Amino acid sequence: MRGFYTVFSRDMLSLRRRFTKHALAGMVNPLLLLIAFGLGLGRGVKVGGVSYLEFIVPGIIALSGMTASFSAVGISLNISRRYTKTLEILLTAPISPLAVSLGKVLAGMMRGVLSSGIILILGFIFGAKLSLNMAAIVIILLNCFLFASLGLYIGLTLWSHEDMSNFTTMVLLPMAFFGGTFFPLESLPLGFSAILYLLPLTHVSISLRAAMLGLDIPVASILIIPVLGIIFLYLGMRAFRKGDLT
Amino acid sequence: MILVEDLRKNYGRVKALRGLSLEIQRGEIFGLLGPNGAGKTTFIRILTSLTRPTDGRVWINGLDINKYPEKVKRKIGLVPQYLNLDQELTAEENLEFYGRLYGMATGERKRRLEELLKFVGLAERASDLVEGYSMGMKRRLLIARALMPSPKVLLMDEPTVGLDPQTRRKLWELITALKNQGVTVLLTTHYIEEAERLCDRVGIIDEGRLIALGSPQELKNKVGLIAVEIMAPDGVKRRFFRNREKALEYGSRYYKENKCDFLLREANLEDVFIELTGRKIRE
Ligand SMILES: Nc1ncnc2c1ncn2[C@@H]1O[C@H](COP(=O)(O)OP(=O)(O)OP(=O)(O)O)[C@@H](O)[C@H]1O
Ligand SMILES: [Mg+2]
Repeated sequence: MRGFYTVFSRDMLSLRRRFTKHALAGMVNPLLLLIAFGLGLGRGVKVGGVSYLEFIVPGIIALSGMTASFSAVGISLNISRRYTKTLEILLTAPISPLAVSLGKVLAGMMRGVLSSGIILILGFIFGAKLSLNMAAIVIILLNCFLFASLGLYIGLTLWSHEDMSNFTTMVLLPMAFFGGTFFPLESLPLGFSAILYLLPLTHVSISLRAAMLGLDIPVASILIIPVLGIIFLYLGMRAFRKGDLT
Repeated sequence: MILVEDLRKNYGRVKALRGLSLEIQRGEIFGLLGPNGAGKTTFIRILTSLTRPTDGRVWINGLDINKYPEKVKRKIGLVPQYLNLDQELTAEENLEFYGRLYGMATGERKRRLEELLKFVGLAERASDLVEGYSMGMKRRLLIARALMPSPKVLLMDEPTVGLDPQTRRKLWELITALKNQGVTVLLTTHYIEEAERLCDRVGIIDEGRLIALGSPQELKNKVGLIAVEIMAPDGVKRRFFRNREKALEYGSRYYKENKCDFLLREANLEDVFIELTGRKIRE
C-alpha cells in the first residue's frame, strides 16, 4: 500500500490551500435550497410529523456530500488525464492501482465531509432539531465513499468534458431531486417510488433522515451504500489496470 | 538493459509502431531520431506502461514489463514530452511528492532534492508555485523530477526542446555523467546535433519502423562522409563521397559544366535520413 498516503496527502495539501474557496463554493447551492425550501416554501409545513426544515436538512446533507465527493475525484481525474496530464505521474510511479484509487477516494471523501459538515452547521443555525449520532456520522461517511468511488470510475471511464457534464446533468442532478431529498417517497404512486429505490442517493437520504430523527434505520439501505461503493472502487481500479488513460 | 521484440501498436487504423525490435545496452546513451508522428512517444509510453502494445514484448532489466510493472517502474525515470508538473505545488513539493511515490526515505529525499534543484538552477525559486514558472524553468524541473529517485534507466522524450543552449549543453554533460555511473539513457530527439554529439548509438525511426541503427559514425559512413551540395537552378542536389578529394573533384567538374555553385561539408544524420526516405526530418 505504499503510495496511498502520498496520493492522499497531495490532495489534502491542495484542499488546505483552497479551503476557503471550497468551503464557500460548497455552501452556496445548499444555502439557496435551505432558504428556498426549508424556510420559504416549507415554513409551517409538516412532513411525517416533523417540520419540513428537519425533513430536508438530511436530504441536502446527502446531496451535497454526493456532489462534492463525486466532483472532487471525478472532475479532477478527468482534468489530470486530459489537460494537465499529471495523472501520468501516478501512472508511471511504482505504486499499485489500489493505492492510487484509495488515496484519491479518501481525499474526495474529505471534500464531501467538508460540504456535509457545512450543511449540518447551517441546519442547526436555522433551528432544525436533529441529532448527530454515531449512525448519522457513519452514513455521511459511507455516502461520501460511495460517490467518491463513483467519481473514480466515471472520471477514469469518460473522456470528453461533454460526457462528464452530461453525466452530471443526466444522472447526478435528477438523483439530487428525486433521491428522497425533498419529498417522502410514499407521497408518490407506488410504481414510481419503486423506481426511486434504484437510485443510490435514495438509500442515503432515507437512512440518514431516519438516523437524525431518531427513527428506525432501514438496515438494507445502509448495506447497499458501501456495497455499491466497493463495486465502483473495483471498477475504477480495473480502469487503472487497463491503461491507456491519458 | 532494454530489450524490445517486434513491438506493434495500432490506434484504430493508425499504425503507430509496425514491428520494432531493439536492444539497448546497460550504460548506453541511445537516441531515437525521427520526424513528427514516427512513433517515438508511443514507444516511450509503452516502456512506461502508459499504454499497452497491440503486440510484442518488452523486458527492462530482465523483467517483462507486462508481468512486473511496479518493479520495472521503480527503475525508470521519465521525462515526458509535455510539461506535466503539478502546478498547484512548488518546485520543492513536486520533487518531494515524487520522491515519496518512489519510496525514498525522508533524509535521502531532502538531500537529493536540494542537490537537483541546485543543479537545474532553481534553488532560489524552490518554494514558488510552479504555475508562475517560465517554460524553460518548467522543463528543467521536469528533468530534475525524473532524476529524483536515481533511476537506472532514464527515458527522455525530447528533453531539450525549449531549453537555452547553455542549459542544453549542461544537460548533455549531465547525461554523459549519468552514463558513466552506469545509467542507461534512451532519448528521443529532433535535433541532429544532439543525436550526433551525445548518443553512443542512434536508431532512426520512421512511420513506426526502425530504418537504421548504429553509432552516428557508422550511419554517416553508410551514405559517405563528405557531402557536396550543388545549388542547381531546380533546387539543391546532394551527393556523398568517401573523402574530400573525390568530393571536390566532383564539385569542380559540375561547376565547369553547369556554372552552379557548390559547397562541401561533413555529412550528418539528416543526410542519412534523407538518403533513406527521400524526406527531411523536419520540413
Ligand atoms: N492516443 C492516440 N490516439 C490515436 N492516435 C495516436 C495516439 N497517440 C499517437 N497516435 C498516432 O500514432 C502516431 C505516432 O505518434 P507519436 O506521438 O508516437 O509520434 P512521435 O514520433 O512522438 O511524434 P512527435 O515528434 O510529433 O512527438 C501518429 O500518427 C499519431 O497520430
Ligand atoms: Mg512525440
